[in-house]
Amino acid sequence: MDIKKSAIAGTLESSDAQVTVEPGNGKIDFSLDSTVIHQFGNQIRATVLETLKRLGVSNVKITVVDRGALDCTLKARVECAVFRANDQTENLPWGGAIK
Amino acid sequence: MRNPNLKRLRRTMMFLNCQKPNLIKDPYIYKPDSIMLDLEDAVAENQKDAARYSLYHALKEIDYHGVERVVRINGLATPHWQEDVRVCVAGGADVIRISKTETAEDVHRVEAAVEAAEKEFEVPVGRTLLMAALESAKGVMNAYEICNSSERLFGIALSGGDYSKDLQTVITGTGVEFAGARQSMIVAARAAGKQCFDTVFTNLDDMEGFAKEVLMIKQMGFDGKSIINPRQIETVHRIFTPSEKEIIFAEKVVREIDEKRAKGIGVFTVDGKMIDIAFYDGSKRTLSLAKAAGVYEGEL
Repeated sequence: MDIKKSAIAGTLESSDAQVTVEPGNGKIDFSLDSTVIHQFGNQIRATVLETLKRLGVSNVKITVVDRGALDCTLKARVECAVFRANDQTENLPWGGAIK
Repeated sequence: MRNPNLKRLRRTMMFLNCQKPNLIKDPYIYKPDSIMLDLEDAVAENQKDAARYSLYHALKEIDYHGVERVVRINGLATPHWQEDVRVCVAGGADVIRISKTETAEDVHRVEAAVEAAEKEFEVPVGRTLLMAALESAKGVMNAYEICNSSERLFGIALSGGDYSKDLQTVITGTGVEFAGARQSMIVAARAAGKQCFDTVFTNLDDMEGFAKEVLMIKQMGFDGKSIINPRQIETVHRIFTPSEKEIIFAEKVVREIDEKRAKGIGVFTVDGKMIDIAFYDGSKRTLSLAKAAGVYEGEL
């Protein structure tokens, strides 16, 4: 999937994450701000990159501000931002690219 | 195949906003009978999509420890409900609660979408149950036809906020504005062999008033109540769980009726009370409720 425009999903509330995606420069440009970066930074990064891979996104600038989100929340926020960047809200691939 | 969960214990259904990860991550710790993951009124209009992704992953990845997972979808007059149905079925929700149900046709429309989604996502057809929220005078007037509209539908629930608006009144706290709806709905549900659930009680500072309302709806015949906070669970479960005295009496009634029936005796007394076959189903229900609540381990 292409990132056609900037999009944001999630909040800065506890247990949530705010994910921003913007059109990239030919690669995945990942940045993370997290309250638990030292304990879980690598795991958060792995979850985000895996989710982008499943969605077929390889050209994006993605910024994650994490407030202690579970993996399932991180995935949900990344997916929401990516599909918002494509203006797709119906006939979503539940169980396919969204997994 | 008849879904075995049609008649499960549903004393408490706790509303949770799907938009809030901190609410949906571990509500099972409070041990409600069901959680109601909300895609409708609690979710802001511009966050309907975000709530669906959260719902999908919560259903797939969080172990709710046997607590039934009901999802309240958006109303049929909105552009959201069909995608809501798809995500519910794909995620494996146990129940879809149909908002603002007014006719049997409303249930049929959702049922058709659910069946299509079950085929699309290779879920066994019939796995996803339905319940209908009645939120208007028209919905309450059609309660019986709604109850009989689908084999998937196990019950109806009063949704008091919108219902009071439709009646052009307000929620008074006395229950007077809901009297007719409650009576009509429980009669319709029982006539159709379905369950019936009461609306929320929103004043969390009035636990005494809450307990009185729970006792009243239990005495009216309701199966349970929608709740908005874990603090309300213990009160509902306590009131809906049969007392030791009730359990002992129900056990005696069932045993005596079985025994006397074999001897050709139709009417007799138990603990000084006249008993006949009319008491049988009620006593069995008391024992089932006690068993489901974990306070009775007998064989009846």
